Amino acid sequence: MLDVQGLRKVYDGRQRQVEAVRDLTFTIDDGDLVCLVGPSGCGKTTLLKCMAGLLPPTSGEVRLRGRPVTGPPPGMAVVFQEYGRSLFPWMSVRDNVELPLRQKRIARGKRRELVDEALAAVGLADTHNAYPWQLSGGMQQRVAIARAVAYQPDVLLMDEPFAAVDAQTRADLEDLIRQLWQRLGVTILFVTHDIDEAVYLGQRVLILSSSPTVVQESLRIDLPDTRDQLHTRAEPRFTQLRGHVYEQIQAAKRGQRPPAQAGRP
Amino acid sequence: MRAAGVLKRAGLVVALPAVLLVVWWFSSAGSTSFYAPPLSKILGTFAETWTVERLRADVLPSLLRLAAGYAVAVLVGVALGVLVGSIRTVRATLEPVLEFFRAIPPPVLVPIIMLFAGIENTMKIVVIAAGCVWPILLNTVEGVRATDEVLSDTARSYGLTGPARLRHLVLPAASPQIAAGMRQALSIGIILMVISEMFAASNGLGFTIVQFQRTFAIPQMWTGILLLGLLGFALSVLFRFVEMRALAWYHGLRQAQRSS
Repeated sequence: MLDVQGLRKVYDGRQRQVEAVRDLTFTIDDGDLVCLVGPSGCGKTTLLKCMAGLLPPTSGEVRLRGRPVTGPPPGMAVVFQEYGRSLFPWMSVRDNVELPLRQKRIARGKRRELVDEALAAVGLADTHNAYPWQLSGGMQQRVAIARAVAYQPDVLLMDEPFAAVDAQTRADLEDLIRQLWQRLGVTILFVTHDIDEAVYLGQRVLILSSSPTVVQESLRIDLPDTRDQLHTRAEPRFTQLRGHVYEQIQAAKRGQRPPAQAGRP
Repeated sequence: MRAAGVLKRAGLVVALPAVLLVVWWFSSAGSTSFYAPPLSKILGTFAETWTVERLRADVLPSLLRLAAGYAVAVLVGVALGVLVGSIRTVRATLEPVLEFFRAIPPPVLVPIIMLFAGIENTMKIVVIAAGCVWPILLNTVEGVRATDEVLSDTARSYGLTGPARLRHLVLPAASPQIAAGMRQALSIGIILMVISEMFAASNGLGFTIVQFQRTFAIPQMWTGILLLGLLGFALSVLFRFVEMRALAWYHGLRQAQRSS
């Protein structure tokens, strides 16, 4: 479904060139829930923007359903971390969720249906006429998620979406994402710096090295499909997996590269 | 209670003007100066000077010219402002030229405008527009440039381009700033409305006041000045009323941010 080959991004600063991302190669299959985790500053957001077509890579390629991504593709929806700045404050919640559908030229009746379903799915069935700034942070992020879900994308990209909400709201939203994923079968790429979140949510975790970034490891999460904030996080396997991810990230921070990359400049 | 609140707000609005009027009344009561007659005399001549016919023959044309000039300034200012604010090369090219023309006060340009536009209504509308366009244009440029980056990325990722982007993202995002420019332009417009009638005119509020001055009808002149002030106030209140409704979302947003 989503194919990243040799992605490289170099920022041209005034004094120097910064190689944010060196070589990222991975594939995400239809219906996967993959979490991307890495040390701070390892280019997670750069990667996400390149994948979303918002930033052109220096070299390498991103393909969605086999077609190269040169600008924001129609089959992709992005949920940003800053929910307050990604919702249009001059529109009501319903209009915010409906706007991308109007762009897609979907008929009014169908639009209404999609909007109602999406808002109900995220638990906001009775806030249609409110304005985003009248809602709490968690609710605003739910609106952004509803907007992405209503869009019926092939791939949903999420850029540290719960980093700016409180811990309890984050737990609720994590469960919401898993529910939506299981119900709608949408492919999700979830970028986070929170190791626990990555292991709890993902089927697979891609661990990124520090800058210049490569894929440190691709880890299969063999926890049961039905996950629970209380019980899953208490399981010994969860602790093992998260310990492993943590070790890998610490190794990445120390500059240790994965074996295949060792010896390369 | 709501009635008490409204009464209190109305009271605050009227309080200082009332005090000033009282001070003016009593300090000018025994005045024998020709150019500064007692307020009682000025108010006495108000009603007989500003009859319905005069209001229709002089004040109405002035207001219509103001409206036309203002409308032209808004259209040109917003259109050009969006262009300049959106495209970096356009802004870089135009900025020095705009700064040059902005510095020239419109009253100074009146004789030149008269050469091109004659001395009738067109000239006055051009003068008003030429002065009003600047705050609108510059505020629009700033508003467009300040469009939030995350919002812009979001719009792009959902395929919002071209006219849809203008309509749903750029203009609404810049609208508070544009409204601020329009507010400034209104004040400038009222002044230019009067000035444009001082050079060559046959009717109008400014023309009438200057006529009174030239024919030494001093109390009448003062009534004209009072009327001008009242008009400015009324237009300002009207502007605020419309702006509060149109930008209700913005005021709500600011309120929410302040209280968080």
